[in-house]
Amino acid sequence: MAARYSIVSLVRNAFGYHEGWQRAWRSPDPKERYHVVVIGGGGHGLATAYYLAKEHGVTDIAVIERGWLGGGNTGRNTTIIRSNYLWDESAGIYEKALQLYEGLSQDLNFNIMLSQRGVLNLAHNLHDLREISRRVNAIRLNGIDSEVLSAEEIKAMVPILNISPGARYPVLGGSLQRRGGVARHDAVAWGLARAADARGVDIVQNCEVTDILREGGRVTGVETTRGTIMADKVGIVVAGHSSVLAAMAGFRMPVESHPLQALVSEPIKPILDTVVMSGTVHVYVSQSDRGELVMGAGIDGHNGYTQRGSLPVIEHMVAAAMELFPIFSRLRMMRQWGGIVDVCPDASPIIGKTPVENLFINCGWGTGGFKATPGSGWVFAHTIARGEPHPLNAPFSLDRFAAGKLIDEHGAAGVAH
Amino acid sequence: MLLITCPWCGPRDEIEFSCGGEAHITRPSEPEALTDEAWADYLFNRTNPKGPHAERWVHTHGCRRWFNVLRNTATNEILAVYEMGKPRPDGEGS
Ligand SMILES: Cc1cc2nc3c(=O)[nH]c(=O)nc-3n(C[C@H](O)[C@H](O)[C@H](O)COP(=O)(O)OP(=O)(O)OC[C@H]3O[C@@H](n4cnc5c(N)ncnc54)[C@H](O)[C@@H]3O)c2cc1C
Ligand SMILES: [Zn+2]
Repeated sequence: MAARYSIVSLVRNAFGYHEGWQRAWRSPDPKERYHVVVIGGGGHGLATAYYLAKEHGVTDIAVIERGWLGGGNTGRNTTIIRSNYLWDESAGIYEKALQLYEGLSQDLNFNIMLSQRGVLNLAHNLHDLREISRRVNAIRLNGIDSEVLSAEEIKAMVPILNISPGARYPVLGGSLQRRGGVARHDAVAWGLARAADARGVDIVQNCEVTDILREGGRVTGVETTRGTIMADKVGIVVAGHSSVLAAMAGFRMPVESHPLQALVSEPIKPILDTVVMSGTVHVYVSQSDRGELVMGAGIDGHNGYTQRGSLPVIEHMVAAAMELFPIFSRLRMMRQWGGIVDVCPDASPIIGKTPVENLFINCGWGTGGFKATPGSGWVFAHTIARGEPHPLNAPFSLDRFAAGKLIDEHGAAGVAH
Repeated sequence: MLLITCPWCGPRDEIEFSCGGEAHITRPSEPEALTDEAWADYLFNRTNPKGPHAERWVHTHGCRRWFNVLRNTATNEILAVYEMGKPRPDGEGS
């Protein structure tokens, strides 16, 4: 059991020249059998294991990760958190996640650096304005904070934004969720890993699942690069690789994988203290605690697993950013990267059962699942432990596509995350 | 950036093209005879492979004609460009 982090432990370790810190989690060899195997050591997989242990008393769990923990989309995203989705189903799960985030640093005894600095969405034309009002009303009916701002109110919040009438993308107004913001992505993965490990979960890194073993329509375990691991129940939480894992288990998915890119500038002094996004011109930007501007683009139009993405997509995004923030024009961009996002036809996730008994899947979070991390783990843990979905994820079943009960969140997901 | 060879215009930058998604998906001739599952499979399910993928592209800012491309989604290597309606050149399932 890891020692608690506190001001006392910080002082004590400072006197020891910080040489006495323990490892935050173990690095065990996989056992031959577990009650539950979670495939994928991103935030969602780790949260699933954590809540299985904490809320359902299941501790005989392995999280199997192909690379390093949090090295997938969890460590590649632009960390925007919000719960202002349109439909009731989405409001339920994203708001649950936001509420869990609000208590997560305390719960995990790990500072996830949640900063509720607000998330602004810009309207550039009359259609945007009307759509924003409609959404704000729907969101408020679900008891979630959201408000409409005028262009002047936005200018007062973000003085560097170009709202002049002559702007190529005039700003007519926008919406704001004040409880939205950012958190540190690595800390979310590490905090969940440490807390899950402390409850007995084995986190096995550098171990790729190469096959899903089945017998008579039931899952029995997984084949991995570190040997066979048997399991009573298996959860697939692999984001961009969902179709690959589903193919191993013999079923098809309504998911396509696309590269999604982000980039950061050189660090500068504090200049932007909220998150600004524009779905219409395809850009969003925030400033990290280190002073870098973090910007995100849209997905590549074609499928891909390359984790790099196309340059034209970045150019398009940077051009839009320059129009909105002329002051950024001489900044140098330092790094650019991509992650593979799993996009569903209705831009909503799939969380639930599969055609294979005791095999569950949690995917389709696409461009916007970081904000859902604890909520996703919460409901998926319930689904695996009970064999039935939690009321919050029941609408997000795989069979909604045959039933025609799609949950269209393209407007809320958009480029924006 | 991909360099795509349009069968009519030759090699051009990716920005001139748009991708139309998975190729060789045939609209069922009798939709009303399908089960909901089969209809959903046609409408929503995609192969989404990590490896060779047959997909449709259109030369939007050029001749505006459609054609098929076989591209490795793990490396972006373009393995073949071929006419729509022709079978996959690598002989894999359509
Ligand atoms: C550039 C970018 C910006 C984004 N911005 C935002 C944002 O601002 N806000 C937001 O809410 N969301 C954002 N997202 C989306 C968000 O990152 C994801 O939805 C979320 O992190 C998914 O978490 P996950 O745990 O499901 O997936 P991941 O973190 O990708 O974890 C899946 C893990 O599965 C592992 N895996 C795959 N195959 C196997 C195998 N065969 N065996 C074992 N392990 C395997 C992978 O290595 C990976 O570590 C962004 C994504 C990207 C790429
Ligand atoms: Zn052409």
